[in-house]
Amino acid sequence: MIRKINVIAAILLTLFLAGCSKSTPNTHGVYMLLDTSGTYTEEMNKASNILSFMLVKLGPGDSLAVARIDSGSFSEKDIIAKVTFDERPSVTNQQKRGFREKMDNFIKTLKGSSYTDITGGIIQAVQFLEETKSGKKTILIFSDMEEDLIKGQVRDFALELKGSEVIALNVTKLRSDQVDPRDYMKRLDAWRSRVEEGGGTFRVINDLERLERIFED
Amino acid sequence: MGLTDLPQIVPGQPGISLLIWLLIIVVVLYFARTPAHKAIRSVSRLLRNALHLFSRSVLIAEGSLRSRNREVLFSMGQDASERQIAREFERMETVIHRDLAGFPTIYRKLDEQITRMEEDYARTSEVPDTPDAWIRAVDAVANIPSNDSMVADVLTNIHESMNKSQKNAVEEYREMFHERHHLLKKLLPSWRKVNSALNEVKKSVDSLDERSREVDAQLSKFEMICHGKSAGERMLSSSSFTQFFISALVLFIAVGGGIVNFNLIAYPMQEMVGGNSTLAGFKTSDVAAMVIILLELAIGLFFMESARFTRLFPVIGALDDKIRERMKWITLGILVILAGSESALAFMRDLMAAENQALTRSLSDVPMVVGGQSFSNIPTIVQMVIGFILPFVLALAAMPLESFVHSSRTVLGVIVVSSLRAISFLLRLMGNIIHHLGTALVNAYDLIIFMPLWVEEKFMHKSGSAVKP
Repeated sequence: MIRKINVIAAILLTLFLAGCSKSTPNTHGVYMLLDTSGTYTEEMNKASNILSFMLVKLGPGDSLAVARIDSGSFSEKDIIAKVTFDERPSVTNQQKRGFREKMDNFIKTLKGSSYTDITGGIIQAVQFLEETKSGKKTILIFSDMEEDLIKGQVRDFALELKGSEVIALNVTKLRSDQVDPRDYMKRLDAWRSRVEEGGGTFRVINDLERLERIFED
Repeated sequence: MGLTDLPQIVPGQPGISLLIWLLIIVVVLYFARTPAHKAIRSVSRLLRNALHLFSRSVLIAEGSLRSRNREVLFSMGQDASERQIAREFERMETVIHRDLAGFPTIYRKLDEQITRMEEDYARTSEVPDTPDAWIRAVDAVANIPSNDSMVADVLTNIHESMNKSQKNAVEEYREMFHERHHLLKKLLPSWRKVNSALNEVKKSVDSLDERSREVDAQLSKFEMICHGKSAGERMLSSSSFTQFFISALVLFIAVGGGIVNFNLIAYPMQEMVGGNSTLAGFKTSDVAAMVIILLELAIGLFFMESARFTRLFPVIGALDDKIRERMKWITLGILVILAGSESALAFMRDLMAAENQALTRSLSDVPMVVGGQSFSNIPTIVQMVIGFILPFVLALAAMPLESFVHSSRTVLGVIVVSSLRAISFLLRLMGNIIHHLGTALVNAYDLIIFMPLWVEEKFMHKSGSAVKP
């Protein structure tokens, strides 16, 4: 019996010592890109709902950042709010409240952008998510996925998206898509192949009632 | 490879080739009959003997295990019986100290009462004085002839005096009987007191009698165990099985309590050890909660051991009484602290759940529901109470755990013995089957070569009959 107790004590001690070691990265990093061009400014209520959903679902240790897509999205200045939630749930809740407040202020004072640099936003997202060292990396793109660049901007290069999942949300159909729906399909297929060539995965979620699919593997 | 795959002896005639092959095989088998029979028989015998040997070894192992189980069973039974007898003697001692210590007082009271009753009774038996001697004188006067008027007067006077005297005597008797009745009446409470004192004594004696009968029963059981009687073995074995199932059931309930306990404290533990770190694939908060529960269990075990409710650790049992007593209070203190901490964690869990709910509502822009607050404190209080009680419930699990550990030795022993017996039987059965299969194979061999055998028999018969004349 004493030997058994010694074995149990040894296991507990090992667990305790292992507890002092660094935690494994089982965190989730989410970077949300908001298209602020043209009519998309009118869709901000939907974006706000998605953000609320993300705030509810993410927990201690997870990271969240929201950035706007404008004429030059490859910039830290376009990040509206970013946070890595504390390990303690009570502090996490306070951080969530603060984050929400920042986003509300942004939506109130939002001005539309003339151009849409999605690629720049994605590169910025990858950099942010790399820094967070999250176990799972998700880039949410709230856009029609139609890139509109300033003349001279170079964005036709391969993306490095290994281990990242790109989810296009609420991809609205353009007027041209009404004329030829194949344009819409082509646009999405082009993004899919670009993301997958970069080592990532690509999904489209248009039904905002099924946002829990974001967390499905 | 089948017979059809054999090379054709007569090219282009597979049927004839097959027939020739069959013939060759039968002839070869015929000539190899005796060594083949020997080989089949020796292999089957070898296998049968090996399996029988193996079966015997298993039976020997089963026998030694059974005797070991028997020893364990009797040793445990002896220990339990000794404990029970000791407990019965303790109870008897208590009865003697409690009830029979006052026996001299009761005896003195009884003696006093009886003496008083004897005195009173003696007084009641006092007879009144006999009539005066002058009554005989009156008789003499009354015998004088009655023709004399003087005598008549004297007799009349005497008659009156007698009446008067009689009346006085009757009065005196009445008074005396009244007094006797009074004395007897006074005896009633004394009788009652004596009766109650005797009842008290009877109760004590009955209680002692009952205890002594218990001790007798325990002693006969102990004697049965000491002499290793089969009835004792059966009794102990069935008792072990009962203990095993009952303690397993109680432990199962305790495990349920442990799971509830875990769920109460795992979530608030996130506030202390972090909500996202993992340890060997498990959330650190879950591991921490489990460690706390195991700690409670361990402390509970030590408490029960030092309070002599269980005897799992002989080291603790052998400690000096003072140290053991100190250990009891220390472990109880730790248990109370852990129970308090759990209660606080349960409260915190409720707060955190409320905070999360509020945040979710604020994020989803749903207005807070006003009202319905009257029952809001009940779950919190219930959680806190459960959080406080569960560590003690886990500590109490030490008792069924002890029963389970002790009885599982017997139960597992019986299961292993039965398994070994079954294995031994199967091995013997397999050996016999193989032996008979060998015989069947020999017969099948002869069946294949029945033609040459038949020819041989005919030939032998012929040569035999030719030799006979």
